[in-house]
Amino acid sequence: MKKVFQRPRYLKKAVFHYCPGCGHSIIHRLIAEVIEELNIGEKTIGVPPAGCAVLAYDYLDVDMGEAPHGRGAAVATGLKRVLPDHIIFSYQGDGDIAAIGTAETIHAANRGENISVFFINNACYGMTGGQMAPTTLLGQESTTTPGGRRKDRDAAPIDLSEMLAIARGSVYIERTTVNSPKSIRKTKKAITKSFKIQMAGLGFSLIEILSPCPVNWKMAPVEAARWIDDEMIKTFPLKVIKDTAGKID
Amino acid sequence: MAGKKGMITIDSELCKGCYLCIAACPYGLIEIFDELNQFGYYPAHFTGGNDKNRECTGCATCALVCPDVAIEVYRE
Ligand SMILES: Cc1ncc(C[n+]2csc(CCOP(=O)(O)OP(=O)(O)O)c2C)c(N)n1
Ligand code: SF4
Ligand code: SF4
Ligand code: SF4
Ligand SMILES: [Mg+2]
Repeated sequence: MKKVFQRPRYLKKAVFHYCPGCGHSIIHRLIAEVIEELNIGEKTIGVPPAGCAVLAYDYLDVDMGEAPHGRGAAVATGLKRVLPDHIIFSYQGDGDIAAIGTAETIHAANRGENISVFFINNACYGMTGGQMAPTTLLGQESTTTPGGRRKDRDAAPIDLSEMLAIARGSVYIERTTVNSPKSIRKTKKAITKSFKIQMAGLGFSLIEILSPCPVNWKMAPVEAARWIDDEMIKTFPLKVIKDTAGKID
Repeated sequence: MAGKKGMITIDSELCKGCYLCIAACPYGLIEIFDELNQFGYYPAHFTGGNDKNRECTGCATCALVCPDVAIEVYRE
C-alpha cells in the first residue's frame, strides 16, 4: 500500500503543546501543507502572536519572527518591505488582532500591504484562561463575563473581518472554520488563495478561521466542533467577505 | 490489521484521545485504547474493522480532522 497522508514537510516532528481538539493544531498543519504544495518553504517567514500560538515557531519549519502582542501586521509589513521577494504571513488570535492589535491591522489593510494574515477566532482569550475577547458571543460565558456576555454592559462582538473589507487596500477576506472534514478542506483552499494573491503582488488578504477552544469553552472536542455550527456561525457567518482578486492560479 | 483497500497507523504518543477521528470515520474503525500514553492520554487505536462491510478505504478523513497529526494513511 502507498502512504497517502503523512506529516507535511514543514511541520516539525514535535508534540503540540495545544489542548486536545484545539483548532490551532489543525491550522498549523494546513499552513505547512500549503507551503509545501506551493514550494515556498525556503522563502516564507511567519509572524506568530502572543497567545496560545506563541510557540508556533517550535512547530512550523520555516523562518519565524515573533511579534509583540497584536503587532503581527506591523512586523509583517516591515519584513515584506525589506524582503519583498519573500512570502510573509502573520498568525494572530482574536484577542491579539481584534483587541490590542486593532490599529496595526486596520492600517496594514488600508495600506494594502502585500501580506497574508491568518486570524484565529476562538471567541476568547485562550492562553490567559478564557477571558472575554472582542469576539466573544453575546450570552457566552467567560471568566470576565459570568452569566454570559451582555450587550448593554460588555458591547456586542466585533466584526473585524467585515470592517477590514471596507479598507481600500484589502483584496481578499474570507471567514472559514476547521470543525469538519469539509470545512478543513475549504480553509486549506482559502490559505492557498491568500498566498497566491501575495505571490501575484495583489495586496492584503486575511482568512478568519473559527477555531475550537474546547478547554475554555468547557466542552469536549466533538461538542466544541458542533458548537461552531450551532452557535458561532450565527454571529460569524462563513463566507467570502471580499474578493477583488477573482480567480487566481 | 489492514483492510484490503486501506489502513491507518496512529502514533499513540502523539495522540491526545480527542475523539475527533472516531467521530469522523464513516465505518467506525477507531476506538479509544484503555492504556495511557506517557502524557496521560488514552490514545485512539485502529481496529481494522472486523467484517467486510466495515473495512478501511484509506479515505483519510480521520487524518484530515486529527489535530495532532497522529494518523498516517495507506491506500492500495
Ligand atoms: C502587551 C501584552 N498585554 C497582555 C499580554 C497577556 N496576554 C497574553 S496572550 C493574551 C490573549 C490571547 O488571546 P488571543 O489573541 O485570542 O489568542 P488565543 O490564546 O485565544 O489563541 C493576553 C492578553 C501580553 N502577553 N502582552
Ligand atoms: S486554551 Fe484553547 S486555544 Fe489554547 S491550546 Fe487550549 S484549546 Fe487551544
Ligand atoms: S482512512 Fe477512512 S475508513 Fe480508514 S480509518 Fe480513517 S476515516 Fe476510517
Ligand atoms: S483525532 Fe488524532 S489526537 Fe484525536 S483521538 Fe484521533 S488520533 Fe488521537
Ligand atoms: Mg483567542
